[in-house]
Amino acid sequence: MAEIVIKAEDISFSYESDHPADQIPVLNHLNLEIEKGSFVAVLGHNGSGKSTMAKLFNLILTPTSGNLYLFGKKFDEETVTEDEFFALRQRIGMVFQNPDNQLVATIVEEDVAFGPENLGVPPAEIRERVDAALEIVGMKEFARHSPHQLSGGQKQRIAIAGIIALRPDIIIFDESTAMLDPRGRSDVLATIEKLNREFGTTILHITHYMEEAIRADRVIVIDSGSILLDGTPAEVFSNVRTLKSVGLDVPQVTELLLEIREDGFNLPKNVLSYEEGARAIADYLNQKKGRSSR
Amino acid sequence: MLKDITLGQYFPGNSLLHKLDPRMKLLLAICYIVLIFLAKSAPAYALILLFTVLIVAVSGVSFGVVLRSLKPLFFVLIFTTLINVFWSNGTTVLWTWGPFAITREGLIRAVTMAIRIVLLMASTSVILMYTTSPISLTDGIERLLSPLAKIGVPVHTFAMMMTMALRFIPTLLEETQKIINAQKARGADFDSGNLIDKAKALIPILIPLLISQFRRAEELATAMECRCYRGGGGRTRMTVLRFALRDFFAALAVAALLAGIILLNLYFPALL
Repeated sequence: MAEIVIKAEDISFSYESDHPADQIPVLNHLNLEIEKGSFVAVLGHNGSGKSTMAKLFNLILTPTSGNLYLFGKKFDEETVTEDEFFALRQRIGMVFQNPDNQLVATIVEEDVAFGPENLGVPPAEIRERVDAALEIVGMKEFARHSPHQLSGGQKQRIAIAGIIALRPDIIIFDESTAMLDPRGRSDVLATIEKLNREFGTTILHITHYMEEAIRADRVIVIDSGSILLDGTPAEVFSNVRTLKSVGLDVPQVTELLLEIREDGFNLPKNVLSYEEGARAIADYLNQKKGRSSR
Repeated sequence: MLKDITLGQYFPGNSLLHKLDPRMKLLLAICYIVLIFLAKSAPAYALILLFTVLIVAVSGVSFGVVLRSLKPLFFVLIFTTLINVFWSNGTTVLWTWGPFAITREGLIRAVTMAIRIVLLMASTSVILMYTTSPISLTDGIERLLSPLAKIGVPVHTFAMMMTMALRFIPTLLEETQKIINAQKARGADFDSGNLIDKAKALIPILIPLLISQFRRAEELATAMECRCYRGGGGRTRMTVLRFALRDFFAALAVAALLAGIILLNLYFPALL
């Protein structure tokens, strides 16, 4: 079994408030393990606690109770030194929703260099990392451009390059595709998949697009601060009723097949794509024809 | 409409002036300003004028652009000229009318002042604005001032603030335009009424803009923290500035100009 890079043990979190009575827990006794090299999609409607969870893993927030293990070591806010803290943060990158609010420099390559510069990497190596990162996201020819000349999807890829240049083991995407047009979304998603497949980066992709979640190895559904469903995309999306009850959509084809199934036809529950759906129906009809002609 | 505002006045290019180290350019621009005020005699002014024309020619920026950059100076020029003409104390009175008197000294002072302002504006804008990108300018300022960090001046913080301000000007303009459009769509009227009405009409633009900027600042701070930003200490830079041979030649040229002006001031009578 692969190494566990993030382990949440009975984690609860609530935002501080002046009135203890209105402290509603955002995360509620959450337990989770993320394996090294996996591509995990996190689904949940607004306010389910999915972004808060990401911020805990990235050490922006600290849990109110429970234990967080990063790379096999328990994270303890009291004893961690500043250098250890930044070393952990460097290993867990995070890309946010609005690309504009992540870029700090007026020139693309200067922005990508920002992270390594903060780490105190020698200049020649920064150059190398920046070129490599821009190559991975396919934005090399825009190195000398200014961010405001780029489209949303391109800016988001620059933001990803800025994280790649830190050489993290895990990258958390916090609804990084939500503000983009379809073209930008598919470019960003292709970049995410490339990072996972080719470079073995562990990916935690927070989204509310079903089509994106389907492409992950594992899907986690979060509702009211705890995990509702956890499994492969096919397993998770076969729970159409549960997903609908927490305000999430399921792929249309999965839902269609489920409805037909409920009318007494024996069709599979875990169909995700249109091709699979069409094949399942065709198989069913052929089978039936074979049986009736016999 | 707001999007068309250009950031700074940088003209990308490959001239000698573009390639100079920004630190050297900053230092030379300061020297140049001093030089302009050192000139006393007519030939000294002529030499500076010649040198300025040379700088413009080397930079590859067209003379038309430089002349156009002087346009906002028009009123300043007229104002200082008038003040110098009418309020200078001189002995050789040329013309009087009531309390006003035009003297020879006043006239000369007005003309030399105007020439100084024009030279000052033309040279510094060519050296620092047209041929230096805003980012290398801030970079140059940060590195020139870095010794001050030892006595506790937050040089890095100021440079970071400047870079980010430059980065967010276009974003801010875009957002302002969006808010203007949104308010117009709801029937807001920005164009009619007197000045006070127009100023009041700006409130529904400024408040949403302010709020969104606070939100943006918070998100940006989080994103910077995620990229391991912890202030200037222990940071390295990707681009390392190094003085090249051309920087020393540029310094030499300005030093020669300084020597020339001092000599011309000695051999020719001062205008005043």
